Amino acid sequence: MELIKTAFFGSTKSKVQLIGVIAALVILFLSPQFLNTYMPNFLAKLIAYVVLSLSWTIFSGKTGYISLASAAFYGLGMYIEALFGMNIPLPVVMVFAAAVAFAVAFGVGVVTLRLRGVYFTIFTFGLALFLQKSILWIEVKFFHTKGRMVLAYSNEAVFYCVLVVFAILIFVVILMNKSRFGLALDCIGQNEDSAQHIGVNTTMTKVLAFAISAAPAGAVGAAIGTSIGYVDPDIAFNMLLSFLPVLMAIFGGMRSMYGPIVGAVIFFVLQDYLMREYANLYMIIFGAVMVVVILFMPKGIFGLVDKAIAKRQRNFDGEVIGDVK
Amino acid sequence: MTLFLTVLINGCILGSVYALVALGLNTQYGVAHILNIAHGEFIILSAFITMTLYAGAGLHPLVALAVAGPIVFAISFVLHRTLYKRVKDMSANIGEFEGNAILVAFGIYFIVQNLMRDKWGSATSGYQFMAFPVRIGPADIAANNLFVLLWAVVICVVYYLFLMRTRTGKAIRAAAQDAGAAALLGVKINTIMALCFAIGGLLAAFAGVLISMKEPFTTVSGMNYTTIAFIVVVLGGLGNVKGAILGGFILGIVGYAVSTYDTGMMFAVFYLIVLVLLIVRPKGLLGR
Repeated sequence: MELIKTAFFGSTKSKVQLIGVIAALVILFLSPQFLNTYMPNFLAKLIAYVVLSLSWTIFSGKTGYISLASAAFYGLGMYIEALFGMNIPLPVVMVFAAAVAFAVAFGVGVVTLRLRGVYFTIFTFGLALFLQKSILWIEVKFFHTKGRMVLAYSNEAVFYCVLVVFAILIFVVILMNKSRFGLALDCIGQNEDSAQHIGVNTTMTKVLAFAISAAPAGAVGAAIGTSIGYVDPDIAFNMLLSFLPVLMAIFGGMRSMYGPIVGAVIFFVLQDYLMREYANLYMIIFGAVMVVVILFMPKGIFGLVDKAIAKRQRNFDGEVIGDVK
Repeated sequence: MTLFLTVLINGCILGSVYALVALGLNTQYGVAHILNIAHGEFIILSAFITMTLYAGAGLHPLVALAVAGPIVFAISFVLHRTLYKRVKDMSANIGEFEGNAILVAFGIYFIVQNLMRDKWGSATSGYQFMAFPVRIGPADIAANNLFVLLWAVVICVVYYLFLMRTRTGKAIRAAAQDAGAAALLGVKINTIMALCFAIGGLLAAFAGVLISMKEPFTTVSGMNYTTIAFIVVVLGGLGNVKGAILGGFILGIVGYAVSTYDTGMMFAVFYLIVLVLLIVRPKGLLGR
């Protein structure tokens, strides 16, 4: 209770943030009324990207352990919808998908996050491929099929389902940032040894954060799965979706919650445009953008903005204010 | 008995290629700290260069070692000098560098893969080379497979001797143990790192040439080799040369044994091996 009070009403800044977030959610909630029938589909996919990028930041952005498992959790959600969607309504399946993603991430975390360094990245990188090949094997061997049809829902229904996930996620992120848990994660990112010395249970904190970050990916995977119509392991587990959230988060900047959101929006719109206009070049451009972003704007768009503000202030006062590095 | 021998020989053939693929990745990670996701793309690039030379100009596939090798070596060297060096200077610590390097490598993966797809399409490619059986004891083995095994072993041995017996090899080993201390003792650390990244590319190119002789490939199959290289490297111990070779052969034999039972299970079994290894012995079989 105390936490909710400080996180949402603690300062003027947090009150403004709360009003802004609620206003944005309300506008999004009402938007299908004013848009054509194609737009909710577009917006649902856009929000799914935002959810992927924001949920990736919960764990990897804070701790610096790069997870390449987004595609695994997203695909898992999609496949769970394909398995159960015919008999069970979508929201229930989404909760179930989130729970499964949480559990899988928890298991993976327990094994790999005891270890420092690159093992975690290697293992999460292989996870999507492992699930893809294993599920394909099970399908062919026991069900004599390669993929499954998925029950379609209206564009609006999918949009609202994804929007609810986004709304929950954003409030969880705000709460986490103000909580001891979030501070512990920041601390691990800055110096894991110090975190351990001051009494943070680093392994448990990391595992739990990783599991929490996986759940929304599973949920939106289930929702977006319905708009495809047919799902097989190759479609569900697309490696690109492991790297996109990383890129979108870095592109936006991970210093604040808004970085990954802005990054995802810009990227999705850009992708939509490039895929329509330059389908052949799209992937090459994507790769080039990735390299350029890491090399020239490692702190993202928000980092560039910070830098520009710092520069202005320096010109004004004749001395450096803030971190210009 | 026949089955056992067949599995052993074919497993060693598969394993020799795995070892070569992993050796390259291991050199890149062990010294330059770059987990090169684009590794497999350079393997495939070399396979296509080999095919072009063989089918187009009628040259023996081994000639491609001398063509694809230097090309990929040069590309990798330049990539390290321009991109990775800059990322390294930018990053606050080694952990941050490793993270950023993976992302840059992924960008390169995308560029290389799609350039190849534009050039060669996405159909399965390959060519016939030494496609006749040789009888070893009770087992029939394809001649091209034995040829590949022979050359993979030769390359591994030569590389091992290079590391152990030459001055540059010594510098590389020193840099792998402690880059800072090696630099203090007069090792040109930036050159050595670029060189190691390039050698990793060279080994990938050699692996690609050999792979093209024995099996078909597509422009999108590079990621499979990269993933297998990751698994072998974890199995043998990150940065451990002997471990990569041993791990390659073990994985090859296990992989072939599983695939005689059911090919679809191969990757799942590989992944379970890694899972068990990370729980029981995360430093790998030969890790320090």
